[in-house]
Amino acid sequence: MNILKEPWPWYIAGPLIGLTVPLLLLIGNKALGISSSLRHICAACIPGKIPFFHYDWKKESWNLFFAGGIALGAMFTLLFLQNADPVAINPSTIAALKALGVQEFDELMPRDIFNWGNAFNATGLVFFVAGGFMVGFGTRYAGGCTSGHSIMGISTLQWPSMVATICFMAGGFAMTHLILPHLMKWLLV
Amino acid sequence: MKNLKFLFTGMLFGIILVKSEVISWFRIQEMFRLESFHMYGVIGSAIATAMLGVWLIRRSGVRTISGEEIVIPKKTFTKGNVIGGIIFGLGWAITGACPGPLFAQVGSGFTVVLITLLSAIAGTWVYGRFQDKLPH
Repeated sequence: MNILKEPWPWYIAGPLIGLTVPLLLLIGNKALGISSSLRHICAACIPGKIPFFHYDWKKESWNLFFAGGIALGAMFTLLFLQNADPVAINPSTIAALKALGVQEFDELMPRDIFNWGNAFNATGLVFFVAGGFMVGFGTRYAGGCTSGHSIMGISTLQWPSMVATICFMAGGFAMTHLILPHLMKWLLV
Repeated sequence: MKNLKFLFTGMLFGIILVKSEVISWFRIQEMFRLESFHMYGVIGSAIATAMLGVWLIRRSGVRTISGEEIVIPKKTFTKGNVIGGIIFGLGWAITGACPGPLFAQVGSGFTVVLITLLSAIAGTWVYGRFQDKLPH
C-alpha cells in the first residue's frame, strides 16, 4: 500500500486517532476535545459581559494550537499527501445523492455545494450558516463533540458521554433521513 | 514554546483526519445511511485504542513528561447532553463535520467552510449568552 497517495483504512486511522488520547495526557495532562476551542475564541474575541466567556482562556490556549494544527495538517496533506482517487463511496449513496441534486463526486466534499458561489444564497444559508450554528450551539450545550464525548468520554467510561453520543447519532439520522432530502431537493434539484 | 507540541500533535491529528477521509461530507452521509462501515470502524477502533491507552496509564501510574499526576476530568450529566447532542447531530449531518473536521475542511482547500466555522463560533456564543435560560 502506498500510504502517501492512498486513503488510510479505518483500522489504521482509528487506532491512530485513539492514540491521541494517551498522547495528550502524557505530554501535557490535556483531555482531547476540540469544540472547546470555539468557546476559547469567543472568550478571547467577543466575551461581552457574558460570565460563560470570562475565564482565563490563555491557560487553555493549548487547545487553540491543537485546532490550528489540525488546519495546518490538512493543508500539509493537500500539498504533499493528497489521495490520488476520488472518495470510494458506496454506489448506492452516490445514486441517492445524485437523485437529490449532488453532481460532483471527485473530491472530499461535493464542490457544487461547498464553494464561494453559495456563500450568500439559500444553499449557503442551510449548509454553512444553519449547519455551522447547530454544530457550535449543540456541541457547547452538550458539553463536547465527537472528540470530547465520543472518544475521550466513552474511552474513560463516562456515561454522560455515551448518552451524548447516542443523541449525536439520533440527530444525524433524523437530519439525513427526514429533513435533509427535502432541503436538498428544494435547493439543488 | 510549550504550545508547539500541541500544534504538532494537532497537525498529526489533521493529517489522519484527511487521509482517512473522515472529514468528507460523503463519508458522513454514508455513515448516517448505514451504507459503509468506514466511519463506525474509525470511531469504534479509536475508542478501543484510547480505552486501552487510558487503562495502561491508570494501571502503571505513569506521570506526564513534566512529572505531574495524570488527571482525567469528570463529565457530569446535564439535559444539555441530550438536547444539545441532538442539535449537534442535526448540524453534523448537514455540514458533514464536527468541530475538528471543520478546521480540517478549511485546511484542505474548502475555504468556504470558514463561514461554517464562523457560524459555529456564533452558535457557541449564543449558547453562552442564553446558558442560564436553557434547561440543564
